[in-house]
Amino acid sequence: MKFLEDILHKQRPMFEKGGKLEKFYYLFEAGETFLFTPPTVNKNTGVQVRDAIDLKRMMITVVIAMVPCLLFGIWNAGHMHFLAIGQGEASLVDKLLLGLQLVLPVVIVAYAAGGLVEAIFAIARKHPINEGFLVTGMLIPLVMPVTIPLWQVALASIFAVIIAKEVFGGTGMNILNVAMTARAFLYFAYPAEISGDKVWIYMNEGEKLADGFTGATFLGIAASASTDGTNVVQTASTWNGGMYDFMNMFIGAIPGSIGETSTLMCIIGAAILIFTGVGSWKIIASVFGGAYLTAFLFNLIGLNEFMLMPAHYHLVIGGLAFGAVFMATDPVSAAQTERGKWIYGFLIGFFTIIIRITNPAYPEGIMLAVLLMNVFAPLIDFTIVQGNKKRRLQRATV
Amino acid sequence: MTKNLKLKKGFTINLAGKAELKTTEKPSRTYAIKPTDFMGMVRPKPMLKEGDSVKAGTPILYDKKSDSIMFTSPVSGEIAEIVRGEKRALLEVRILADSNIEYETFDKYTLSDLSSLSRESIVEQMTKSGVWPNIIQRPFGVIADPSETPKSIFISTFDTHPLAPDYDYIFKNEDKYFQAGVAVLKKLAKGAVNVNLNGNAEVSQVFSHVKNANINTVSGIHPAGCVGVQIHHIDPIGKGDLVWTVNPFGVIQIGKLFLEGIYDASKTIAVVGSEVKNPQYYKTYIGANVEPLLKNNLNSEHIRVISGNVLTGKKISKNSYLGYYDHQITVIPEGDRPRFFLSDGWLAPTASRLSFHKALGLLSFLNPKKEFKLDSSMNGEERAFVVTGAFEKVVPMDILPTYLIKAIMAGDYDEMEALGIYEVIEEYLALCEFIDVSKHDIQSLVREGIDLIRE
Repeated sequence: MKFLEDILHKQRPMFEKGGKLEKFYYLFEAGETFLFTPPTVNKNTGVQVRDAIDLKRMMITVVIAMVPCLLFGIWNAGHMHFLAIGQGEASLVDKLLLGLQLVLPVVIVAYAAGGLVEAIFAIARKHPINEGFLVTGMLIPLVMPVTIPLWQVALASIFAVIIAKEVFGGTGMNILNVAMTARAFLYFAYPAEISGDKVWIYMNEGEKLADGFTGATFLGIAASASTDGTNVVQTASTWNGGMYDFMNMFIGAIPGSIGETSTLMCIIGAAILIFTGVGSWKIIASVFGGAYLTAFLFNLIGLNEFMLMPAHYHLVIGGLAFGAVFMATDPVSAAQTERGKWIYGFLIGFFTIIIRITNPAYPEGIMLAVLLMNVFAPLIDFTIVQGNKKRRLQRATV
Repeated sequence: MTKNLKLKKGFTINLAGKAELKTTEKPSRTYAIKPTDFMGMVRPKPMLKEGDSVKAGTPILYDKKSDSIMFTSPVSGEIAEIVRGEKRALLEVRILADSNIEYETFDKYTLSDLSSLSRESIVEQMTKSGVWPNIIQRPFGVIADPSETPKSIFISTFDTHPLAPDYDYIFKNEDKYFQAGVAVLKKLAKGAVNVNLNGNAEVSQVFSHVKNANINTVSGIHPAGCVGVQIHHIDPIGKGDLVWTVNPFGVIQIGKLFLEGIYDASKTIAVVGSEVKNPQYYKTYIGANVEPLLKNNLNSEHIRVISGNVLTGKKISKNSYLGYYDHQITVIPEGDRPRFFLSDGWLAPTASRLSFHKALGLLSFLNPKKEFKLDSSMNGEERAFVVTGAFEKVVPMDILPTYLIKAIMAGDYDEMEALGIYEVIEEYLALCEFIDVSKHDIQSLVREGIDLIRE
């Protein structure tokens, strides 16, 4: 790798202070540090050795944790298509190829559009490009329907990076989760392309749904079943030849956003995050716990059929699992105190179910619940920190 | 009131190059007193000129801001050089040592005399002889003000830093002096003198049999041995409180001053680290030139010499001087080479570089007993703060490190105070700096915060 090192070394002066391309230093820095961890050593005072970790390794760990969801999403995009046109027996390769063809452009566009904004801000504001975008750029595609127009992906990524992050002063300062903001933006700006029955399954022009097949998500069915007064689980079980069986929904071969359908894959991702210590197990566990308990309470109230749906169904449908594992755990927008994390996660679960059941206009609650709790996270932390201060103060007066 | 503390949080940095329990006498030709070693020293002034002769215990410099405290020569000989830096700032006073050490004489007492001594005469003997700088004040970690009376005094009798010397070994047979030192200190404080023992192991009687002190045991991994962590749990510091701390070396030095009437600056230090051929103990004096200790004793050329340990020490050159408060010299490889991301950079699996974390490819956790050979690389670039929850796992105190650090960054006095700036000095947050993903200089930040509050 000596030759690469030499090339970079030669280019360096051009980007440094006084060089021709001085303005683009942080672009150069991003590229250089991507290839080579710099030879910087510790200062004369302070720690003389450092932990082997750096932010790049940390962030790539999160990306790796999302890979199971991504791969499953690619397969599922193809699988849903063939199922919908009545060719469910199509080969694995066909499904994967179609899935790749559909999903890859979304991923590339999200990275390119968001990355461009990051780069422009890095140049203008003279700060390093933060590796956090590795994660955001992957999260955004995974919460989009497979049929999303690419220009909307680009627009949402740009909007989210600017409005959710850069206006607050860049990485580490943002209040809202960037990927969730991207999704919320599309949800309110272009609802037709991100909600309803038609968007979750890719159809070629002219292709028709097979007889009796529907592109509705389970949440959509559940919401309408409750207004009709029919038992949700029984109704859903008659759709699409048993697709909405609990086990099948757990595995995730159902319509939904690209990466969110499989609870199983989210659990694998959660295992990676928790084992590596990158994601907070407290947040993940308390989102699930909060959602289950709230759903259980609704079971007891039981005013309509949706409320009566068994609580554990809530954990495998919609984006709850994906949101709990990958969105709620974003360390910047989540609560930062350890006790605060329990409260924060629990309330996300709680509000998700409240929104699902009591607000028929938004069948999915996790998105708004995460954003809402992002806003309240500093308040939760404030109370916990206040407690710490008070203990100190009490000691002083003794 | 005796307390038994069990601390769970922390992290062990297990390094290669532990000292063998063997001591060789190896005095140096030259010694230096460096004003930069003394936290809170404002305007140091040398009292002698180059060429003047000194004895061990002869005052050589003082701080204009607190002019009763003398900093005295560790050995006898002559002032070889007064080194100044930018704006004539005093950096070092170097002394060329005689082969036989002569001592200034001070008043001698017996152990039983000590209890009848007045506070004034004790303070006077301590400040003029050069033992006073052993007494460090909390909050702020600066040399104590002789005119104040602390609520209590703390002595931690073990060091949990990486490759730290074994106090039971280096202070063996000093029982008499340690006891006398404690007796003297007892006269200075309102409350108790706390002697904190290592709860992890069998402890030398030097410390465990001391009388007239409050004996506590503390067990746990680093930073359990840090005296401020112990204070936090035993007798916490609030606003307006004053606690003094003394290293056992200082206690023994004080004891010797009163029993023998001399300022004895001899100390046993550990020379350790992966780049030291024969890691072991050496007997020398405060401020020793380290050259003789490292000569023919290094495994490689491209090294970093640290006065102190790898968490809180200072980088010094191969022919420079031991820090005033340090009991060890650590030598590690210098890590100034780029690392390609796939072979040994950020995407490569590594079991040879230690990590507190377990992120992708960091495998050191598989081998907790391994002795690591770590170099001085930053292992990454400075980035914005994004990760949470890790600092809290290595600070065994009821303190929120992330919030405290942010308050310091924001320069918010009230927040710093409320979040416990009075209870910390750099070394308790050194592990945070080690494990920090964003590679911030947390220790110097803490000092900035302390300086802000002191102003």
